[in-house]
Amino acid sequence: MADTVRLKIKRQDGPDTSARWEEFEVPHRKGENLLTCLMDIQKNPVTADGKPTTPVVWESNCLEEVCGACTMVINGRVRQGCTALVDKIEQPIKVEPMTKFPVVRDLMVDRSRMFESLKKVHAWIDIDGTHDLGPGPRVAPDVQQTRYVLSTCMTCGCCLEACPQINPRSQFIGAAALNQVRLFNEHPSGALHKDVRLEAIMDDGGISDCGNAQNCVQVCPKNIPLTDSIAALYRETTWYGLFSWLKR
Amino acid sequence: MANADIRVSVIGGGLAGLMTTIKIAEQGHRVDLFSLVPVRRSHSVCAQGGINGAVNTKGEGDSPLVHFDDTIYGGDFLANQPPVRAMCEMAPAIIYMFDRMGVPFSRTAEGLIDFRRFGGTKHHRTAFAGASTGQQLLYALDEQVRRFEVEGLVTKYEWWEFLSAVLDDNQVCRGLTAMNLRTLEVKAFPSDAIVMATGGVGSIFGKSTNSVICTGSAQAALYQQGVKYANGEFIQVHPTAIPGEDKLRLMSESARGEGGRVWVPKKQGDERDPSSIPESERWYFLEEKYPAYGNLVPRDIATREIFQACLDGYGVGGGNMVYLDLTHIPAETLDRKLGAILEIYEKFVGDDPRHTPMKIFPGMHYTMGGIWVDYDQMTNVPGVFAVGECDYSIHGANRLGANSLLSCIYAGIVTGKAAVNHATGAGRGETLNGLHEAELKRQVAINEKLKNQRGPENAYSLHEEMGKWMTDHVTVVRYNKKLEETDAKLQELIERFDGIDINEKIYWATQALPHARQLYNMLLLARAITLGALNRNESRGAHYKPDFPARNDEQFLKTTIATYSREGPEFSYEPVDISQIKPRPRKYDVDKKAS
Ligand SMILES: Cc1cc2nc3c(=O)[nH]c(=O)nc-3n(C[C@H](O)[C@H](O)[C@H](O)COP(=O)(O)OP(=O)(O)OC[C@H]3O[C@@H](n4cnc5c(N)ncnc54)[C@H](O)[C@@H]3O)c2cc1C
Ligand code: SF4
Repeated sequence: MADTVRLKIKRQDGPDTSARWEEFEVPHRKGENLLTCLMDIQKNPVTADGKPTTPVVWESNCLEEVCGACTMVINGRVRQGCTALVDKIEQPIKVEPMTKFPVVRDLMVDRSRMFESLKKVHAWIDIDGTHDLGPGPRVAPDVQQTRYVLSTCMTCGCCLEACPQINPRSQFIGAAALNQVRLFNEHPSGALHKDVRLEAIMDDGGISDCGNAQNCVQVCPKNIPLTDSIAALYRETTWYGLFSWLKR
Repeated sequence: MANADIRVSVIGGGLAGLMTTIKIAEQGHRVDLFSLVPVRRSHSVCAQGGINGAVNTKGEGDSPLVHFDDTIYGGDFLANQPPVRAMCEMAPAIIYMFDRMGVPFSRTAEGLIDFRRFGGTKHHRTAFAGASTGQQLLYALDEQVRRFEVEGLVTKYEWWEFLSAVLDDNQVCRGLTAMNLRTLEVKAFPSDAIVMATGGVGSIFGKSTNSVICTGSAQAALYQQGVKYANGEFIQVHPTAIPGEDKLRLMSESARGEGGRVWVPKKQGDERDPSSIPESERWYFLEEKYPAYGNLVPRDIATREIFQACLDGYGVGGGNMVYLDLTHIPAETLDRKLGAILEIYEKFVGDDPRHTPMKIFPGMHYTMGGIWVDYDQMTNVPGVFAVGECDYSIHGANRLGANSLLSCIYAGIVTGKAAVNHATGAGRGETLNGLHEAELKRQVAINEKLKNQRGPENAYSLHEEMGKWMTDHVTVVRYNKKLEETDAKLQELIERFDGIDINEKIYWATQALPHARQLYNMLLLARAITLGALNRNESRGAHYKPDFPARNDEQFLKTTIATYSREGPEFSYEPVDISQIKPRPRKYDVDKKAS
């Protein structure tokens, strides 16, 4: 194995400037991930052909694939930079920012729309307060296990990046937010406000914008059964629609 | 809405900051919430193992008082006892609160919350949600805060970095300055009280188990403004981290809690594959030396034993690693109880821990020391509060596993009330005035200097150098000579700091300038940590000096307090409140006798 790593990184100085490619060659260390290479560039911001440049800007916090920050497109695939082990991917490693979110700078994008969607879908349980009211409702172990998996979504954005229905003109909230609706609706006290969440996703940009391409479930790093969540919500919203029509 | 005219700022949106925010908003007050990153990505997501509370659902005779005793004993009697007791008494209610928020805690067959055993206790006291408890707890609070955001009580300033407090002539807090991490705009925010919830200091040690944003820079900025920093020398090194090029990834204590066994080959430098080494040729050194607690001895002890075994040449292949073995446990059990953390190992190392023993080594993990606070979580500067890992209370000389998440919540609950009380009494900070203006100018000047400065040094390389020195000499084993050399090195790095070039001409969303600012602050805090260690000539909890191997209550049963001066940290000491549990020797080779 070569003792250097070659990288091709898409650089962009700001939201309104044009992008360019820069190539780098950094020392290789056994077992390292892509972010280690970016850290090397910080220590010596010089391109492969010897030109001084600025350190690459990217987002990362935990480096353990649990905060969701370091999502980027690596060799054409959307994933986290921290789990991209250099020895397991082809070189030169091509690194780009996600395309479905506005670029802030270099590999850093603005994912605030994902957090806004959480507001839209009422992604919380309406507790009466944080004072001591004793334990919550009992939960069967299998329900807990289902919910736990849904609850590991780290708002990383992979599922939105891979979804053909997400584009600058669409309002579709995407798989991550839909999955949150299922997460809360399956909790005994969350279910008390089921209707609010179902109504939210029956609105513009909601579940009916899903084109059933099923890309989301393939790219989700947490293996969340997103298509199951969406299918479950389809059934729920259909029933809910029918039921509220009958009530009228 | 009650008293809507007061304004409190919370700096940091990990567990401690979010809990504080919720408690203040619940009282009907507005909160400005600042964070380097979207709060949902805060470091608290990393916590894997769980949160403690003596709910005693396993009928083991556990109680908050036993939890209290375990915590004080585990902390080697350095913690003030009243707040620890209050925390342990509140713990069951805290777990129930999360339960009502919908946290998917692992369950028993009866649908109750399940509890597991962690280090330093004999009871099943740790509630957990799969193997990502911190993530689940943080999300629960994040969701409740979002609800208050929708109601208009909470305003989030994400991608803003706290730079300093605004203090009036009487050293009373009137607000803060912060920098927008996209535009680099520096702005002053008036505030009647500020609550620091800025987490740990891992980055001072270069590589650690912490998130890379845990720099301690905010604490260090306040320290320079006169806020006292306490017990800085107590740094917890986690016994079982996975060494990596970019960071040390934690292998949670729950791996030992669920039956993981630590061993090395009996023959030094044994090159055989671990699975082909028979039982009789394995040395389970923790089980042998500590029959009462076995692999579940507290962290400081496990760390030193692993470190020593490697130093003595028993490390795997002669290197700095030992085995942490789970292969005797059925794979389904492992998947159910430890799935996520085993995935981490698989993902980052490439081996399957269900079939191959993991290789681990101690890594810097947690700071017991931090900003000095009183029992209302207020610092010595009126109006500045501190909560969570950045405050020094609760854990004494060593933290027990799964007590940190608990202490974050406890502190948040206490502070929610205390900060509002203070703000109501002090409420004058609402308007911007000359004080804010002056502080703003001072902060802008620091940025301008860094932008224009040229020289041969690179901030990231200096950072690496600092980290290496701190890790080598100020973690597991400490020698006074090495501590002195480290301090000299830190002073040299502070001088060389003036020679750094941030290599940046575009200031939009740059990380180079904020990093350089953080580095300077870290260097100053590193000195307080190092010299605190130098001055403490004893061994207690995580602080271990081979030249002074015993705990010395006569001279050192006291809290270290570092106060900033231009010449370097000045140290004073404060007695520890030991009114409830009398100090006794800390031994884990026999059962602890709870008093
Ligand atoms: C890998 C790992 C596993 C752990 N597992 C457990 C466990 O199982 N059980 C347990 O009890 N404990 C555990 N701990 C410890 C525990 O996770 C932490 O101590 C705890 O989460 C700290 O929470 P916090 O709210 O104090 O800070 P953090 O969660 O670190 O949050 C800090 C916040 O401050 C913000 N911030 C920092 N500086 C600034 C600034 N200058 N300006 C603005 N904002 C700023 C950040 O953006 C962030 O929002 C673990 C720690 C690690 C490293
Ligand atoms: S659902 Fe999966 S891919 Fe989508 S944001 Fe969550 S973790 Fe990422």
